[in-house]
Amino acid sequence: MTVETYVDLANVLPTSAGSMFRRRMLGHTTFLVGAGILVVILAVALLAPLLAPHDPYAQELSRRLVPPVWDDGGSWTHPLGTDQLGRDYLSRLIYGSRISLLVGFSIMILSGIIGTSLGVVAGYFGGRIDLVINFIVTTRLAMPVILVALTVAALAGSSLRNVILVLGLLLWDRFAVVTRSATLQIRALDYVAAAQAVGCSTLRIVASEILPNVLNVIIIIATIEMANGILLAAALSFLGLGVPPPLPAWGAMIADGKQYMFFSPWVITIPGVALFTLVLGINLLGDGIRDLTAPENRS
Amino acid sequence: MSALLEIRGLDVRIPLATGTLHPVRDVSLSVARGETLCIVGESGCGKSLTSLAIMNLLPKRAQRSASRLVFDGIDLTGLPERHMADVRGDRMAMIFQEPMTSLNPAYTIGNQLEEALLRHRKVARKAARDRAVYLLEKVGITAAGQRLAQYPHQLSGGLRQRVMIAMALMCGPRLIIADEPTTALDVTIQAEILRLLAALQREFHMAVVLITHDLGIVARIADRVAVMYAGQIVEIGPVKDIFTRPLHPYTQGLLRCIPIPGRTRPGEHLGSIPGMVPSLIGKIEGCAFRNRCPHAFPACTTTEVALVEVSGEHGYRCLLSPQASAANAAEMAAV
Amino acid sequence: MFVYFVKRSFVALLVAITVSIVSFLLLHLSGDLAQSLAGPSASAADVAQVRTAYGLDRPIAVQYLDWAGRAIRGDFGESFFLKQPVFPIIAERLPVTMTLGISALLIALFVSIPLGIVAALRPNSWIDRLALTISVFGQALPSFWFGLLLMMLFGVTLRWLPVSGTGGWQYYVMPAITLSYYSIPAFMRLTRAGMMEVLASDYIRTARAKGLRTMTVLFKHALRNAIIPLVAVAAVQLGFALGGSIVIEAVFSLHGVGYLGWESISRADFPVVQAIVLILACFYIVLTLLADLLNAFLDPRIRVR
Repeated sequence: MTVETYVDLANVLPTSAGSMFRRRMLGHTTFLVGAGILVVILAVALLAPLLAPHDPYAQELSRRLVPPVWDDGGSWTHPLGTDQLGRDYLSRLIYGSRISLLVGFSIMILSGIIGTSLGVVAGYFGGRIDLVINFIVTTRLAMPVILVALTVAALAGSSLRNVILVLGLLLWDRFAVVTRSATLQIRALDYVAAAQAVGCSTLRIVASEILPNVLNVIIIIATIEMANGILLAAALSFLGLGVPPPLPAWGAMIADGKQYMFFSPWVITIPGVALFTLVLGINLLGDGIRDLTAPENRS
Repeated sequence: MSALLEIRGLDVRIPLATGTLHPVRDVSLSVARGETLCIVGESGCGKSLTSLAIMNLLPKRAQRSASRLVFDGIDLTGLPERHMADVRGDRMAMIFQEPMTSLNPAYTIGNQLEEALLRHRKVARKAARDRAVYLLEKVGITAAGQRLAQYPHQLSGGLRQRVMIAMALMCGPRLIIADEPTTALDVTIQAEILRLLAALQREFHMAVVLITHDLGIVARIADRVAVMYAGQIVEIGPVKDIFTRPLHPYTQGLLRCIPIPGRTRPGEHLGSIPGMVPSLIGKIEGCAFRNRCPHAFPACTTTEVALVEVSGEHGYRCLLSPQASAANAAEMAAV
Repeated sequence: MFVYFVKRSFVALLVAITVSIVSFLLLHLSGDLAQSLAGPSASAADVAQVRTAYGLDRPIAVQYLDWAGRAIRGDFGESFFLKQPVFPIIAERLPVTMTLGISALLIALFVSIPLGIVAALRPNSWIDRLALTISVFGQALPSFWFGLLLMMLFGVTLRWLPVSGTGGWQYYVMPAITLSYYSIPAFMRLTRAGMMEVLASDYIRTARAKGLRTMTVLFKHALRNAIIPLVAVAAVQLGFALGGSIVIEAVFSLHGVGYLGWESISRADFPVVQAIVLILACFYIVLTLLADLLNAFLDPRIRVR
């Protein structure tokens, strides 16, 4: 087990102490809060056209940097104020949720497929294949992700598609490491040996014996990587090489607002809170799932 | 001469979600200087917890109470932890069951041995080192000087247990509590360790409380024996009395379970005690042994049975009279 | 033991080489380098000229071997933008990033170890829950946003620290705190879990039975063993931090290697970018080797085979 796996397994293994009953309750609360937040944001994203009071792209240069309704000068026309080009902040925030969710899901699925395939193959076949895949994982871990992502984005052009592709092709390492560990454990169990003895094809064994049992850790890592993907995509957008303008990405909104933040702090606070809430919800959901499905809770 | 260790009415309670666990109930015993007391009983009877209670090393949630708990003239009940820590390892020492995991893997043997002495005495490091070497040799470890620099994982289980014994002796304690010190070791090494303990005890004039489930060990080294069942002491007395005239049905049952060379005939059935230990959560009505006792009668279910002393420090916790009990024992032996 | 490290070092070397190949390929295949260099307003003829001038029309394997051959000798080429050798430019910025990374690591350790210990000693107490909350919140906080918030609070409202730029120690405080916040949850969890496991072990019971003082038991015996996995992870975290410092350096205008990387990307100064990727990767690799060494050093059971 490499040193890197310590961090990941520490994230995956349940940490709460206390009685089993208390853990279930805590798992429930965490799970419910996380799921609640996600459901709300998902609803906002889906119902964006109905909820947004204005067109997020409509500029009105006469009404630039209007403060939110709770500051002087604010009004209910623009409850969260406007940005430096006069666009309604609330609308941009609402539409921005679509981008964050889309980016998060897509990266999670892409990296999940790559990482799980590598991890399960490495864990199941072992030997040289395992060595090669370990080498690939170590190489990936050695590369500075943000730098590489920025470079590719700069060269290939910054677009939503490129952001998803480059991050999805880079963030699979945790999937690989954890599914490999889980596969190794399961492979050592008797019922896999039984399946092999009976003569089941490799693919069938993997599909029916290994994957269902690895699913638990995959889901937990999936939440971690979805959150990670959203944060990294936001960082890329913040640095100007992520989702291009005029798309209302929350990270880009923070970047745009940076120069005005000392006088109009809401310009960066509001999208930041949105990002934070979404990621928090995802993390809580993952923690909740982890606590609820901890082996000790299974009868 | 007053007893070295005197315990009256020791209780341990552990609050659980499902109720209060009461694993040590009204335990009373005393240990004289230089004497060996063996506490015998099956797993879960509370003997280990009793020893931890004496040392005050119980888990955090456990509550200890005693009407009298005096060691070497010091009242241990209500003694603040820092004073208790002064007593532990110095005048009272403990040896545990699992030598493989009882030593810190990150430090050398020498470090851990010397630490035991340096904590309680203001001596130079060299003096501590010399004492460590002296004791390692005493416990039968050769090349003691080199051993000091070794790490625990470099030693076998038997050697580690010898190191544990040496460590317990560093400050010259008056009392050693040994909790099943040989259970995790090979049978051949068991005998050696026991011989060693007995020899050391004689040489250093220490009292030993040895906890075990093995009556063979008891027969070999005990001066007095306390038999525990379901958290209570059911019989206590000199080893000869316990083995030749056991008065409690549980003790009688235990003795029937082991083959005795010279007395057990070849092909003879060994006894067994059917049934299970009652739950230790909450109150136990009447005698704790009643549903496994072949001689139980209605009063056993309702009467709270006290420890009754018969001749010469031999006590037992049963409603049957000594004569009736002896008669029962003879009857079962004849079968 | 020695053989093991030689093998590890060999693999590490292979990894470094592979990283350089991968980054080289990414650089040259993600888009048209010549186009980026020439700029958006260049004509096709200009782009062709740039291509030949920089040797970008050669087969990619040739280009790589050419670069690699010189890199081994320490010659990372010349910066397109600054017209100077690449390596000294990076070397000049390196101390800034190192200071940032190490400060962040130290802050993270100073915060998470005590919190983790106390949380382990009193599970489910208010301090355990506080540690858990900090953990959960810390992982959800976008680092650049956190940095900006700190900037607003300490730089503008309270005026305790300079808002941005490079200079004396004051310029590192907020960046280091921002960078450290990312590692704190993991470190705290590890310490807590490690301590709880160790405190339940038999040798701690032995230590208490010897009458050792509580502090001695906690620090000399318990922490010494609990900390072993943490040390290794911390070394690796430092490697990640060095690679990921680009965002923090950009937020705070801290002129370190990450900032240089960002500038170079925007200026299409690819020799610099290629070199930075390789150097950061090497740091990470060395740190993982160091982590293994530390593991062996701290746990005698691994040392002696």
